[in-house]
Amino acid sequence: MIRPNKLWMVLSFSVAAATLAAQGQGLDPKVIYKPLSAEWTTYSGDYTGQRYSALTQINQLSVKGLSLAWTAKLSGAPAAPGAAGAPGAGGGRGGGGGAASPTIIGGEGPGDISAGGVGIKGAVLVVDGVMYLSAPDHAWAIDARDGHELWHYFWKTRGGTHIGSRGVGLWHDYVYFETPDNYLVSLEAKTGKERWHVPIASFEEQYFSTFPPIVIDNHLLVGTGNDLDMPGFLQSYDPETGKLQWKFYTVPMKAGDPGLETWPNLEAARHGGGQVWIPGSFDPETRLYIFGTGNPTPGYTGQGRKGDNLYTCSLVAVNVDTGKMAWALQTSPHDTHDWDSTQTPILIDGMINGKLRKLVLQATRNGYFFVLDRVTGESLVTSKFGSTTNWAKGVRPNGTPDPDPGKEATVPGSLVSPVEGGVTNWPPPAYSKDTGLFYINEHNGFNIVYLMETDPRGSMGLAGKQTNAVGSGGNFLTAIDYKTGKIAWRHTYTGGGGAGLLATAGKVLFSGDGSGNFVAFDATNGKPLWHTRIGNITNAPETYLIDGKQHVLVAVGDTLYAFVLY
Amino acid sequence: MNLKHGLVVAACMFVGTVVVKVAPAPQGPPAAQGAGRAGAAGPAGQGVGPAAQGGGRATFPAQQRPPADPAIVARGKQMYSISCQACHGGDLRGGDQGGPNLLRSQVVLTDQDGELIQPIVQGSRAANGMDAIDIPVADIHAIAVYIHSVAATMQGQGGPPRGGSVPPNEAVLVGDAAAGRVYFTAKCSTCHSVTGNLAGIGTKIPDARNLQNAWVAGSSAAAGGRGGGRGGAPAAGLAVTVRMANGQVITGTLDRMDDFLVIVRLADGGYRSIARTGAVPPKVEVKDPLDGHKALLTVLTDKDMHNVTAYLASIK
Repeated sequence: MIRPNKLWMVLSFSVAAATLAAQGQGLDPKVIYKPLSAEWTTYSGDYTGQRYSALTQINQLSVKGLSLAWTAKLSGAPAAPGAAGAPGAGGGRGGGGGAASPTIIGGEGPGDISAGGVGIKGAVLVVDGVMYLSAPDHAWAIDARDGHELWHYFWKTRGGTHIGSRGVGLWHDYVYFETPDNYLVSLEAKTGKERWHVPIASFEEQYFSTFPPIVIDNHLLVGTGNDLDMPGFLQSYDPETGKLQWKFYTVPMKAGDPGLETWPNLEAARHGGGQVWIPGSFDPETRLYIFGTGNPTPGYTGQGRKGDNLYTCSLVAVNVDTGKMAWALQTSPHDTHDWDSTQTPILIDGMINGKLRKLVLQATRNGYFFVLDRVTGESLVTSKFGSTTNWAKGVRPNGTPDPDPGKEATVPGSLVSPVEGGVTNWPPPAYSKDTGLFYINEHNGFNIVYLMETDPRGSMGLAGKQTNAVGSGGNFLTAIDYKTGKIAWRHTYTGGGGAGLLATAGKVLFSGDGSGNFVAFDATNGKPLWHTRIGNITNAPETYLIDGKQHVLVAVGDTLYAFVLY
Repeated sequence: MNLKHGLVVAACMFVGTVVVKVAPAPQGPPAAQGAGRAGAAGPAGQGVGPAAQGGGRATFPAQQRPPADPAIVARGKQMYSISCQACHGGDLRGGDQGGPNLLRSQVVLTDQDGELIQPIVQGSRAANGMDAIDIPVADIHAIAVYIHSVAATMQGQGGPPRGGSVPPNEAVLVGDAAAGRVYFTAKCSTCHSVTGNLAGIGTKIPDARNLQNAWVAGSSAAAGGRGGGRGGAPAAGLAVTVRMANGQVITGTLDRMDDFLVIVRLADGGYRSIARTGAVPPKVEVKDPLDGHKALLTVLTDKDMHNVTAYLASIK
């Protein structure tokens, strides 16, 4: 056990030496192709979505030695003119000691709209010793060695839905992030100074943007959200100029578009939702970008959009260079519960029925787990992983669950599991090639769902229903055998279980337990190995090397916690 | 493919100079919504506060408009009812004649002051079935103002303006009370009685939805319409027994429990915080009176649920 660790240390130091010389020099997009190891270069760490780090310093034995390296509370909105000092600046910072960092202010809004406090609900990129992250209307660069702020960019919003910001993209010397009021903003990575911003969706049509831009070569993929019956789309921008390269709509927009036969008419399809708000994964070999789409709209009142509603709640593959769809599988036909299928897909090469296949795995909000051939889109495994999930009658021959109309919202009420938040949600799963297991935090709530809008036109947006939580069937850290879709084991959470997962080659899993603990679990059986009570985590844990030492990073609200094995 | 840039930057990493060319900065459009600015200073409830994140009041341009002249709104409403309502509906959400929902119309949402709506009223979409309506321009403008005034009252998360009717109690109480009584006697009577702890339940909780939520959850807290909780943690206040490795038994009410710690409030007002780790961890037994309800959730059919609700509603 000790020998290989020492060997790793030597290798790690040489990697660190190379990165030290290049600190702050940006990110060659070719580097993102590398499997997740010393740096965290894109939303999921690499293009596979596995969140499996090759780092092994922190393993089942050594994890007990983790200690806190630093904490950093992020700056909030600048103080109103005339007030003394920006609130939150420097507050709670554990390390640093550097001079106060500059706040750069941009944006099209009046500057007096307060969007509330800072919440970290997405990825933190860690490149060349610098961290880059975002929250609604904010972006920061942080020194990864001691947590002190290098710069802070604040966006004066025009308003809109401020629900989260899932992180930034990095391309050469530039940082990209989306604002809630739908701008793609490009900053200089070194200084935080704005290069340009371009609108990516209509604020008037009530789009809002939370998606972390995904860099693939000279493409910048951006997604958006909307709760008001607007069509969903994925767009690709030129990271140099901010010009649109292509735009892929997830619902039919004109006569002849595929899937139109699954809507009552074009008007319904064009208002049918299917937003793209969580990144997909990328297969370099086929150039396919594979991602999940959101729920159809109106969300809960399906009476005005009878049919399967393609390609909402679907796993979709598009060619990243053309934006053309290669294949799609709907994972929740005619959804009426707001169960987006946006969850991060995981790409692996694995054995199915004795054959090595190129696979994509996805566990969706509706409680089902899917394995597909990622080249052809052929469905190979569909199974139910939500232990109390009760909304489907079975599985259709093509691998799609078959919804039970009786479990839609009804006037007398239907008892439905999961609740609208789903068995899982945006917090990402993980996969370990050491165990062959797919890991997910499983939530089994029950709602009684009442239809309140009986008009045959349906309601609008997420209105028209009343949901009441009536109990829980338990929450678990759940390991799924991808070959069969069967549950390998479940660890029962005393609390809600929480946020995202990280797997490492040290056979350790990191996540939150929903009872305020950040926990390292044994990846082979789910037993806790180490924990610290820092509060409920709000993003997915990450790991990387700084000066040859493996760190683990996680956020709780407005504060980052960096742990290290000295 | 961006190989060139890749090479340039790779080279830069070693010489410490950045030579990546930056294109001239395209700027976003100049602030387009003059009308939108009033929102920040508008009436209470329009701020972009935490409420806006949870389905509260939306703060998009449609909701940020300053109130229009009531006389123009009234004129617009009158003209709408004459010229538009048959196709687009009295609530603007589409009508029997096939006119689309105006509250989610991209034209309406993007229109500032009638400039996009006017050409359509004057016939620019005649080929799509929207015939020209021959009314004065001032009335078209008034109609646009009226439409915007309705859109301004929309709820958060794309919800329509409030005020629609909701299904009455009778529509919820579709179950068979007699069948419900049979189910209740078989499954619930170990703990509950309609002459004992549930006496008068149909009177105490007159709203049928609240009644159903309360009995299924086993808690009147569920009756109030909260939603979305994914729950799971054992509730504070439950009876707990902790059996220590040395044979000591600690009883009290649960304060908090996770995989690592159990905290017990003792009968004498004292407090014990007990590690759940070690070679022989203590055994923790939590008695949750709602266990029966939790078990019921996984087997209860909607039909049985509606029957029991109808039965309990009859217990006056």
